[in-house]
Amino acid sequence: MNEQTVHFMPRMDATPPARMVRVLALVAAICGSLVVAAHQGTLSAVQENKRIALERAVRKVLPEAREIIAYWLLPSGALAKANGAPPPGALVFHAGYDASGRLVGIAAEGAAKGYADTVRVLYAYDPHAQAVRGFAVIASRETPGIGDKVTKDKDFLANFPLSAQLSDDGTALAHEIRAVKHGTKTHPWEVDAIAGATITSRAVARAINEAAQALLPRLSPHLATLAQKT
Amino acid sequence: MVESPGSVFINAFLANNFVLAMFLGLCPFLGVSSKLETALPMGAATTFVMFVASTTAFGVNALLTAFGLEFLRLIAYIVIIASSVQLVEMVLKKHSPALFRALGIYLPLITTNCAVLGVALFQTAREYDFVQALMFAAGAGAGFTLALLLMASVRERLALSEVPAVVQGTALSLMLAGILSLSFMGFAGLGG
Amino acid sequence: MKTRPLAWEEFMEGVWRQNPVFVMALGMCPVLAVSVSAINALSMGLATTFVLVSSCALISLLRKWIPKEVRIATYIVIIATFVTVVDYLIQAISLTLYEALGAFIQLIVVNCIILGRAEAHASKNPPLAAIINALGMGVGFTLGLFALGSVREILGAGAWFGISLFGDGFQPWVVMLLPPGGFFVLGGWLLLFSFFARRRAGA
Repeated sequence: MNEQTVHFMPRMDATPPARMVRVLALVAAICGSLVVAAHQGTLSAVQENKRIALERAVRKVLPEAREIIAYWLLPSGALAKANGAPPPGALVFHAGYDASGRLVGIAAEGAAKGYADTVRVLYAYDPHAQAVRGFAVIASRETPGIGDKVTKDKDFLANFPLSAQLSDDGTALAHEIRAVKHGTKTHPWEVDAIAGATITSRAVARAINEAAQALLPRLSPHLATLAQKT
Repeated sequence: MVESPGSVFINAFLANNFVLAMFLGLCPFLGVSSKLETALPMGAATTFVMFVASTTAFGVNALLTAFGLEFLRLIAYIVIIASSVQLVEMVLKKHSPALFRALGIYLPLITTNCAVLGVALFQTAREYDFVQALMFAAGAGAGFTLALLLMASVRERLALSEVPAVVQGTALSLMLAGILSLSFMGFAGLGG
Repeated sequence: MKTRPLAWEEFMEGVWRQNPVFVMALGMCPVLAVSVSAINALSMGLATTFVLVSSCALISLLRKWIPKEVRIATYIVIIATFVTVVDYLIQAISLTLYEALGAFIQLIVVNCIILGRAEAHASKNPPLAAIINALGMGVGFTLGLFALGSVREILGAGAWFGISLFGDGFQPWVVMLLPPGGFFVLGGWLLLFSFFARRRAGA
């Protein structure tokens, strides 16, 4: 060790590495236990909140449902009752039954990019009329007063029921659900956008369209099984 | 919902500009946007760190999800960003002293730039795939640089004009930012 | 001037003279992004105050042991821990609020006020003083956010805490809720503050 390196040696008050590691380990332990405690402590409340929020949304779009059962549509095409976290590739939907156990509608989630961020909606599909009866917004960061008109504007809500017939070969919707400029709606599968909130209207239409195109063709073979509560 | 990489880029760059519509990275935006020649290096340095952060955050998120450790995500991200800034600093110092001199003073600032953490957090929240995440980082960086450049060029002009003493400083910068933000609203819906 | 207890002085420092929002213009990102309504602004302010106070308390407790070479990294980890805690707490309290605040809860980590307090005050002072100082800053930050959120909600939606103020005849000034409105309202508040500061200095 020559003069030069001694010069660059840490000064006397520098922390020895062993102590540094010890302190960092202590800090990590404190922080780790805090995070784990918070995670465990709030887990049940958070899950309960999520369940209540979802249930409230499903009840809103299927008001006459007395019982709601969540199902998975597996990638293989098979149907299964939801139980825990959905397997990868599975589509989740909720079947609502009235007091006599008759299927009143299917509720499923869709999402599309809106004005500020992703708009997540829950739409209700009426299998008897082959139509989307209505929707509820689950999460959006759209501008209050503009974007949230989609849930309040009477003209916009008058778009529903929205035709969602399957095409003849049953692989897609016969007509794509899409938003059109305010006042130009001519078909039952078009969504008359709100003037001044076009982007959010379009997001709602696209969210419903994409989700329905993915779910409904694969769901149709199971509708007979689902028609009565099991 | 699948967003094309191009639309992700346009959204982060213009329609939902990181600074002017999402309010991310305001500290450097208000702090170092008084001169054009510092705005560009600052934007470039931030964009670079965003790329590094976005790529590593993507990997770390996949790792954490695989082990069911999502609750460590935030801590992991911030540590990654802080250490990648350090790493970039060291690499630049060793291999490109000229670039280091130009960017050096901005690098430590980037750790606490919420735009960088914002890129990591938003790409996770929106479940972007790898290509989308890269485009998102590119768009965010370009958007940040653009906002910085616009602001700097306006402020350079402003330095030469007479302003009532009471509005000088941050208040004036905020009003300017408001006007810029207003014009950026014209891009709404561009990304589809 | 009356002599007040030192703790009060310390507390008011952050609330008024060094107000992080109006005087120092620090931590602006969440200030502008979530201040579209009074309730959002208030919750964000409280969440930040919680993180600020608890991390400053912990840092102050550990200040003698934290090696100065790695102090910033340690502070960031501690702050990130409390942010994660508050993130879960908000999710447990109200999902609606959690959705409204979005990623900005997690962005509290990079709020310069917190790291600034940790480095400038908590690392040098005993826990009680650090807590009082942090509390002052937190309250000041919450007040600032709240002032901004209230103005934006009243002008932009004609309501306060979701309660309609002007009846149906009011045409909301929607731009106040959009991003530009955030810049304008904050600019306006800063203008007001600098106006009074100048008048006091001149008088």
